[in-house]
Amino acid sequence: MQNRQFIVSHAPFWHNGSKISSRSYNTIIAAIPALLLGFFNYGSPAVGVLALSISSAMIWELVMNLITRRPITIGDGNAALIGTVFAMLLPATSPWWLVITGTFFAVVIGKEIFGGIGSNAFNPVVVAVAILMVSWKDFFDFDETLLNYDFEFIAAYPLAQLKHFGTSAITSFDTVDLLMGQQTGGMGATFGLGIIIGGIYLIIKGIIRWEIPVSFLAGVFITALLFNISDSAKYANPVFHICTGYTLIGAFFLATEDSSSPVNFVPMLLCGAFAGIMTVLIRNIGLYVDGVIYSILIMNLICPIMDKIRPKALGKVV
Amino acid sequence: MIKKSFIGMAKPQLLCEALESALPEPEKISISARATFLLKMPPGQSGGKSSFSFEEGDKVITGQKLALAPKSNEYVVSSVTGKILSIKPFEGNFGQMYTAVSIETAQKEEKEKAFKKTLADVTLENINKYLLNSPGCSSLRLLSDSAKPISTIIISGMDKDLLVTTNQYILKSDINAVKKGIEILKKISGIDKIIVAAPRHLMHEASGLDVTVKTVDLNYPAAFPELFMKNVLGTPLPAEKSCEDSGVCFLSCESVACLGKAFEKGEIPVEKTFTFIKKDESKVLVSAKIGTPLSDIFQGLGVSLKDKDRIIIGGPMTGFAVYSEDYPVMPDTDAVMVQDSADVSYTSGYPCINCGECIRTCPAKVPVNMLVRLLEAELYDEAAEQYDLHSCIECGLCSYVCTARIPVFQYIRLAKHELACTDSGEDNTAEEKNAK
Repeated sequence: MQNRQFIVSHAPFWHNGSKISSRSYNTIIAAIPALLLGFFNYGSPAVGVLALSISSAMIWELVMNLITRRPITIGDGNAALIGTVFAMLLPATSPWWLVITGTFFAVVIGKEIFGGIGSNAFNPVVVAVAILMVSWKDFFDFDETLLNYDFEFIAAYPLAQLKHFGTSAITSFDTVDLLMGQQTGGMGATFGLGIIIGGIYLIIKGIIRWEIPVSFLAGVFITALLFNISDSAKYANPVFHICTGYTLIGAFFLATEDSSSPVNFVPMLLCGAFAGIMTVLIRNIGLYVDGVIYSILIMNLICPIMDKIRPKALGKVV
Repeated sequence: MIKKSFIGMAKPQLLCEALESALPEPEKISISARATFLLKMPPGQSGGKSSFSFEEGDKVITGQKLALAPKSNEYVVSSVTGKILSIKPFEGNFGQMYTAVSIETAQKEEKEKAFKKTLADVTLENINKYLLNSPGCSSLRLLSDSAKPISTIIISGMDKDLLVTTNQYILKSDINAVKKGIEILKKISGIDKIIVAAPRHLMHEASGLDVTVKTVDLNYPAAFPELFMKNVLGTPLPAEKSCEDSGVCFLSCESVACLGKAFEKGEIPVEKTFTFIKKDESKVLVSAKIGTPLSDIFQGLGVSLKDKDRIIIGGPMTGFAVYSEDYPVMPDTDAVMVQDSADVSYTSGYPCINCGECIRTCPAKVPVNMLVRLLEAELYDEAAEQYDLHSCIECGLCSYVCTARIPVFQYIRLAKHELACTDSGEDNTAEEKNAK
């Protein structure tokens, strides 16, 4: 009898074929519609920012892999995903050093020093944007950074208009125009319809869960509605809040990040709604123009505790 | 292999195989030259030659018992006549020690008559003495455990794992033997509460039996005892308790049919029926004697294996891989599966990315994402206390869906094994073994 070598391993011997890289690349695919409109609106600077963001995020991860002497993980696409989403939040005219510093904060500070993929307590992109917003807030003033563009639509950042001039300043914004990306903002964050399409693609693929985006948007809507009812002259209507700023990209791409969001049904609803409520609170009574970044950051903080709310396991009485 | 579909929102629906309506004829495979029997050793005892009443060169006849000690319930029944070729220790899964007894088959078959003489004596004692090594019958010993009295017997006509149709086949093809077996069960145990669990398409056959019949879903893992008790009987099993602890004994349909056949024919049954799953996932029912080496079965079915293929005893979700073609058919081998090296799925070294797929697929609602973090750090006690380790029913779905391809199922089984070892004060935990 010939002696053959067989592979011995443990059950199960089947796998459904899912892997981290396909999750990352599918999320990048979902971002394409929103990015395309960004390219169309802002031209080559937007392409440059995206390319630099993706490549520098991957290089930072490679550098960290080498320094920490761990396996090279840039092949899983997670760094590329961080680069993509980070670029979507930036104004198209961001200088090169801002992009590289931002991806450093995202990949190194936001993810790698916690121990890499799966260990980050906060969404890396949100951490990076929060640090940059505090450090160089002028670069996130979209009215200032996009000054040199000649748009066919109102070239004022809607949320800033609301903050500084009240509801009378936003009457000229049309909801359909806002959804179609006829507004200024982050290069991949303004095309609401594109983000929704990408988000639905991700939900159908099972990569993100509907609970978080839906409860996030519901939180924004209901809170904004309550404010609006209480004083419609002072507070904008809820649809405006949903269509502007980082709301939609926050709902579908930021709040749903795997490691920093809950996994159980009730906690997903609670955390999403909480982030939504916080967003409107910051926008309406807080100091900042947009509250999505900070509200998601706070949501990430309470996620581990929220996730303790879970169904009773089989055979457990308590 | 069942892959995730494009639309991945729904959780995976794995359907167990339903037996085709045209009854397949099992492929009979005979032993070519040699049979091997694995005799389970008590914990702490390694397999070897010294402690047996038989030795190499002894003649063995069909139906003869090979036992560790004359009165022991651990024995194997030789399915062939011949000469003992070798007695060797063999280490199985999780450090379980066996003694492998190889028997060279002789031309002429002689049959042991001891069982036949006691045929009129239908008692539990007699069954323990002769039939525990018959196909599927090892759980019969649960009936005589006085520490855990049994009040309900559930006969499963449904196989636990995917692609396996062994017990469905027995229920359909050998209903008379099952009927006879149930009568014997009632007589020896005095238990009236006997329930047959059958899939919907075998209801017609099962309803001919004079007992309560309950339907089992084809959805994997509905046929697992823990889920059957919760969903069908409505009495969920407390975690950390086995079915026997709460007075329920699960028997396979095959074992009951074997009981029936044994007392009808006056012979200890040695023919094992099992499902053979080929590389292309097509199935053949095979009937072979216990002790037949797998190489004979591969030859008989014309299956050729290459380097780096995989041989699996049991189904794709819960089976275990063996490293040698000499591994024999055992009384509990319900399926043998071969997998091409190209289809072998590998695990990765990634940590949990908290995607939540396992949470949504776990039928026992175990917080797998947190559990696996503790198990990776070998914090087994904490895992059992805080994250419901003992609620796990060992279906393997968490590993099946894991995006990071963590061997979650193996982590869980290892943890349970280590905890069981510490509880019973044994020193054969994997860690200590490695230290030696």
